[in-house]
Amino acid sequence: MGDSADESVTHHGTQNAASPPQHREGLFSGYLNDAFFCELTNSGGPPDPRILQLRERLGALELGDLRNRAANAERELYNLGITFTVYSERNSIDRILPFDLVPRVLTNPEWRHVEAGVRQRVTALNMFLWDIYHDQAILKDDVVPRELVVGNANYCPQMIGLDVPGKTYVHVSGTDLVRDDDGTFLVLEDNARTPSGVSYVIENRHTMLRVMPDVAAGIDLLPVDDYGVQLQKALAEVAPEGVDDPQVVLLSPGIYNSAYFEHVFLAREMGVPLVEGQDLTIENDKVYMRTTAGLRPVHSIYRRLNDEFLDPDAFNPSSMLGVPGLVSAYRKGNITIANALGTGVADDKAVYAYLPRIIRYYLSEEPILKNVETHICAEPEGLAYTLANLENLVAKPVGESGGYGLIIGPHATREELAEFRTKLRADPANYISQPVVRLSVSPTLCETGLEPRHVDLRPFAVTGRSTWVLPGGLSRVALKRGSLVVNSSQGGGSKDTWVLAS
Amino acid sequence: MSMSLDPVATLSPHPLLSRYAECSMWLARYMERIENLARIIDVTETFVRSGASDGWRAIVQINADEERFYASHSKATADRVIAFYVIDAENPTSITSLALAARENARALRPLISTEMWSQLNIFTQFLRGLRAEDIRPSEISQLCARIKQECQTHTGITEGTFYRDQASLFYNAGRQLERADQITRLIDIKYHTLLPVAAGVGSEVDISQWTSVLRSAAGYHAYRRVMAGDLRPSSVVGFLLKSEAFPRSLVCSLRHLHNNVSRLRSDYRLRDAGGIVERIEFLRAGLDDQTVGQIITRGLHEFLDWVQRQLQDVQTEVAQAFWPPPRPVSAPDPVTIEMSGQTQSQS
Repeated sequence: MGDSADESVTHHGTQNAASPPQHREGLFSGYLNDAFFCELTNSGGPPDPRILQLRERLGALELGDLRNRAANAERELYNLGITFTVYSERNSIDRILPFDLVPRVLTNPEWRHVEAGVRQRVTALNMFLWDIYHDQAILKDDVVPRELVVGNANYCPQMIGLDVPGKTYVHVSGTDLVRDDDGTFLVLEDNARTPSGVSYVIENRHTMLRVMPDVAAGIDLLPVDDYGVQLQKALAEVAPEGVDDPQVVLLSPGIYNSAYFEHVFLAREMGVPLVEGQDLTIENDKVYMRTTAGLRPVHSIYRRLNDEFLDPDAFNPSSMLGVPGLVSAYRKGNITIANALGTGVADDKAVYAYLPRIIRYYLSEEPILKNVETHICAEPEGLAYTLANLENLVAKPVGESGGYGLIIGPHATREELAEFRTKLRADPANYISQPVVRLSVSPTLCETGLEPRHVDLRPFAVTGRSTWVLPGGLSRVALKRGSLVVNSSQGGGSKDTWVLAS
Repeated sequence: MSMSLDPVATLSPHPLLSRYAECSMWLARYMERIENLARIIDVTETFVRSGASDGWRAIVQINADEERFYASHSKATADRVIAFYVIDAENPTSITSLALAARENARALRPLISTEMWSQLNIFTQFLRGLRAEDIRPSEISQLCARIKQECQTHTGITEGTFYRDQASLFYNAGRQLERADQITRLIDIKYHTLLPVAAGVGSEVDISQWTSVLRSAAGYHAYRRVMAGDLRPSSVVGFLLKSEAFPRSLVCSLRHLHNNVSRLRSDYRLRDAGGIVERIEFLRAGLDDQTVGQIITRGLHEFLDWVQRQLQDVQTEVAQAFWPPPRPVSAPDPVTIEMSGQTQSQS
């Protein structure tokens, strides 16, 4: 999966020594959840009868049957082109995101909690972005260090003073959540630029219902089909003022982009043209698309291109993907771009650490979804705690993504820890630290049968004038035993995420 | 009274991206070209074995690939021509390359086309890519061509049954008919010399079976037999391939459909730029209708076919200029003219 999905490398951890085996029927007879929180077999308290029913149905399947179904599902995903494309020098290879047939289930109350938390978070992010590109009250009040924001590589000077419609910057967000040992949802990171993966949420449901109709039968789930309509509606809502029937388009880097399938999927679901940079042109600071009948006006762009490729005139002059003059048209208020430019400052790792305070500052509410406990080394207490407990913590540089430059205390040698402490003392503001989270697991079809594998959850929120959250989200699963890395590039797959309707 | 359009009942008011129009047209052209190529290879295989044709060289000629082919091959033998036209990924006119080009166009069109269309092309291309030398041995080639033809026809059928009938489908159908018209003239052209009065072999057994193989290549043999019975004079075969109103691959039939599709762009979608193109196609049709086959042959069949091909090329060029003009250059001094290859056109 492309875009920022790959940035959410979760912490590595060690598999605990096995707890006593728990015997269950059929396929679950050898299932050992290793004392992690399991999404299906020990989700705290008496299980919902529908979860029990699901477990029974799954347990009654023959392993061979389940494997056949899995093979059918994979072949179907491949043939239908639900793939991401990996280009090598001479070839293009279509790959599927491995799909695990065992669904990940959220009860309705669990989901309502997540949904409220995501909505709160997106609201705060949008207020934060408006503020930092206007009055900067939060900086003046010293709630967030000024340098962290205006000195951030993703802070976009072109956005200063620009009034975006609806005050919405983050139209589409993906919030990466994990659950700890108690089943408590924790936010691992926000994706406020161009989060990807939503197409898999919907396609996984379709595949699930085709391949496992008997397992899903009669269990009432919240639907996921509405996403495209909601997104189209949101983008029309925040089109420039005075446009009656706004033309929305999806801007893709093109057929060679690894996430092209998702772009196609969304354009179809939204009922809008999928355009590439070459299909758009700017005249008198207005945006048009080239059609067989000549130039036609465009009012809202859902872009799946990073900021720096959007407009060679404003950013990277060598970019062939963007539209020259787009930023100027944007500054004139003639076009809505979703997500807005410069939102990367809000999903930065260091800013993440301040999100609980940002929520309290703008909303006067406690965060509904907690961050993973984060120690900000720029602050003396945070630094002291990190130095004293480094062997139990994950410490990471704030400016890096993809797991670069971080140290996992429990895995590090004495020398590595000492070396890292030196770096920390030299530049504390560059680091944050967090405890190693013991991610929850979900039964997953593996070599030997059903085995526990770690999962995360990325719900998607769509914001026009208000925020709507797609029920469920993308459940990614680390297919390697013991791995906490769910990214597709590192052996991750995905599951259908069920939200019980009541 | 306010006028409201019912978007379901009326033709879609949605504009069509230029890029989609271009990809639709070329998707159809490439698929049609693959089918024609598979037919010719299949028929040539059969007839060369029976010693009745110089067909392998003719396939190289028909595609105007002499220069490229002989650069790497000394002789047009069966093995080499088949490999060159079926699996050679370096050769842009091979079936594998054409299928990949078709698939790239389809990939760009995925927002418009049905999942079934994409899925079938995806599997087809996968299959072609997997072909190895042993799959194109003489014993396998006829079956392989049958499979390729069938995949092309499946594509056609799925398209007929699922492709939404708006502008994009008109561009698609125009592309198919344009390619079909072009292919039939090429097919006739490689045998035109047998109609020259001096040739010793005219009217001989060999000559007749060569025209029979042409008919078979165009899937017209049985229809011809049914309509023309025992008349297997070359001029009659040429007449059938050029002017039969009922034969789906005749030139006159392809031009009629081409005319119809481009006219509808003008009438149904108000694309005024289609007007000039419609006139060119009418001019071309008149050039065919106003002469008998006898006259065409007497005046020079090769010259006529050459003229038709150039007209068709102009139609493609004008369609491109009207509906997907290159972006206005920001600072380029001179307009760039695109050099068309002498014979087979491809997407620029």
